[in-house]
Amino acid sequence: MEFWYMYMPIAGVDIFWPGLVLIGFSVGVIGGFFGMGGAWMVTPGLNILGFPMAFAIGSDIAHIAGKSMVSTFRHSKFGNVDYKLGLIMVVGTVIGIECGAQIVMYLERIGRVGPVVRWVYVVVLALIALMVFADYLKAIRKKKAGVVDEHGAVGFTWYKTLHNIKIPPMMHFKVAGIYCSMWLPIAVSFLTGVLAGFLGIGGGLLRMPALVYLVGCPTHIAVGTDLFEVMISGLYGTFTYGVKGRIEIWAVFVMLCGAAIGAQIGTVATKYAKGYGIRIAFGLAVVACMISVILKQFRIDALATVVILGAVGAICVYICGIMFKGAAEELRAKKQNQRLAA
Amino acid sequence: MRRIFTLLPLVVTAAAVLIPDLVVAAGGKAEMLIVVADKRVVDWSVSKWWVDLYNRDPFMFGLWCTIFTGLLGVTLGFITDQFMKMTGLDLTSRKIVEH
Repeated sequence: MEFWYMYMPIAGVDIFWPGLVLIGFSVGVIGGFFGMGGAWMVTPGLNILGFPMAFAIGSDIAHIAGKSMVSTFRHSKFGNVDYKLGLIMVVGTVIGIECGAQIVMYLERIGRVGPVVRWVYVVVLALIALMVFADYLKAIRKKKAGVVDEHGAVGFTWYKTLHNIKIPPMMHFKVAGIYCSMWLPIAVSFLTGVLAGFLGIGGGLLRMPALVYLVGCPTHIAVGTDLFEVMISGLYGTFTYGVKGRIEIWAVFVMLCGAAIGAQIGTVATKYAKGYGIRIAFGLAVVACMISVILKQFRIDALATVVILGAVGAICVYICGIMFKGAAEELRAKKQNQRLAA
Repeated sequence: MRRIFTLLPLVVTAAAVLIPDLVVAAGGKAEMLIVVADKRVVDWSVSKWWVDLYNRDPFMFGLWCTIFTGLLGVTLGFITDQFMKMTGLDLTSRKIVEH
């Protein structure tokens, strides 16, 4: 039995290491597919394995940084990362997160922080889920009506209105195929940053849909560009949590071994998924996250954890299915072509 | 003027990196955790060095955490990338289809 446990010298606890590999793998798959860090999934998992909460959060962030690097490089090779857009959005995100944190401090002073933050989180998640599903229904209606653009039928196109606001300097984001005012991505990232800072989350959950619906990125590029931002904020988070003594690096290493494989699978799976496939699965993940927050609000922690881990498992299996089915079809087609050529 | 607007995001990004308090990554600000790791229970020299670093120099501990994480991310990314290439899949192009 001793073989299955690893001593964590900083936290001073023995941890079941295959559990770490499994968590890393699952979150690697989901993060690579949706373009988010996934702290909301990892932290409860680490806590269940026996990590004290303080170490769970810090180790989680370090693992997210490493995992996002793997996913970003892979997405980059697919041409899914708009670095220019990502760097510009970092500006708004940074300032926004600071403003969000200030709002939290104000609420702390008046003693209302806990319930307000949780309920705002629930409302935001509900709105995101509602938007994703309503958008999907609209896209279906458009497809039936034969209204299709270069990437297929799309539902909400709010970004087209926002692109008409031509405040200089105008910028062309070649990879994303967007021409808009530089202030649009800054404003959008500022707003998502304020929410992220306020809610105390990384922000991938908010930024990915914002990139799609407000900035006008195709889904695949929103995923890749968001991961680039997660990587930057994750590395900074690693440093700051490290200085505060909250990282168990051995656990990070073990998780990263699983996450690197998972990130490759999740990222390559985006190649075989249509934009709306990613959006709908993302919407379901958001609903699972929302339910778990509601359960936590009512102090039903065990069920909240079951909901999160159940959703993680189910979504992970779904994404792996897309990847393996798509890869098998591609290889079959490749062999057939070679046979025909011969 | 246009050049200034173009450079502005880069300047603010640099400022954000150079003034770390402006940036708060996932989870908000962490309070300093005062825990002393027990060096007596570890026997591997690398672990001993690591525990020592944790107990003595929080700044260097944070810095090494970041460096190790980055290095491992790049290394594992490279290794898994090589394995993915061996599958024979086309890993450089994809179609963007929304629906």
